[in-house]
This record gives sequence, C-alpha cells and structure tokens, in this order.
Amino acid sequence: MTDDSNARIDALVKASPVVLFMKGSPLFPQCGFSNRAISILNHLGVEFESVDVLQDQGIRQGIKAFSDWPTIPQLYVNGEFIGGSDIMMEMYEAGELHELFGGEKVAN
Amino acid sequence: MPMAADDIATMIKDAIPDAQVEITDLAGDGDHYAAMVTAASFAGLSRVKQHQAVYAALGGRMGGVLHALQLTTAIS
Repeated sequence: MTDDSNARIDALVKASPVVLFMKGSPLFPQCGFSNRAISILNHLGVEFESVDVLQDQGIRQGIKAFSDWPTIPQLYVNGEFIGGSDIMMEMYEAGELHELFGGEKVAN
Repeated sequence: MPMAADDIATMIKDAIPDAQVEITDLAGDGDHYAAMVTAASFAGLSRVKQHQAVYAALGGRMGGVLHALQLTTAIS
C-alpha cells in the first residue's frame, strides 16, 4: 500500500460517521456481499457514505491492508472498522448494529 | 481456480486445532461456500479478530481464489 492511498483511506473513513467501502453504488451494487451490506443499512434507515472501490484500484487494494481484512464490503463507524457483510449480518441479527447506530443518533 | 470444501476445512483446522468446521456449498458449484467455525480458543476475541483468525488460516486465499465464503464464527 502506498502512503498516498493509506492517507486517502484514512481521510475517507473519518469524513462521515458511517462509511461503507463497496463494489458498485448503493443503487447498483456489483456484488452479492455489497448488496447485503446495503440492504442492512437501508433496513436500519442509516445515513451513510459509500465508496466504490471498483473506481479506484489504489483504494481497492489499500483498504485490505488498512484494516487487515481481505474482502469488500467493509463498514466503518466513527472511523473504526466494524466488519464485513457477515459480521454486519451477525450484529444485525443480534440487535447490536441497531444499538451501534441508535447510540450514534443520541450523540447527534 | 475454486477450492474444494474439504481443503478449506483442513486449512482452518490445521491453523485452529480446536475448531469445529462445517462447510456448506451454497450453489453446488464448488465456488460459493458458507463456513461455520466454532472454537473454544475464540473466547475473548472480538468478531473481527475471530474472522481474521480464519482468514489467516486460509493464507491469503480469501478474497483471491476464494471469493465467496460466507463466514460465521462462534465460541464453543
């Protein structure tokens, strides 16, 4: 990973409270796992920024080293890596994701 | 080049000896799998760390030859 893409990723994850790195756009996800992540966020009614890694090879490769996580999508909340779509689903089913975002709404 | 379900299970068990591994071939095409990995040694690890331990066991194949592995981990 170049310092440049690392710095750009760092800025992206801190730019919004909820950031999803995904393949494609929220309207047109290009992968089933990204689609699942979007569905969960939409279902919870969470406002989020998305970053399409297919548009930027530096970010697509860099994000994997950034979080030590080999796959996309990746969810970040308040600058912290939360997990991929499997963890999002587990947290959603356990009510933990709701809690995570609910807590944030109170803070706002 | 897809991986065989047995190879995935073997790699995980080699790296996490106390793991119970259950692999499901979701699409029947040898390319889209779900893995349920349960291990007592996951105790005290966050979900992210548990998943990272499984990904580490797969030695970089995840996200490469192994595109579609739906992963669930639990503490036994």
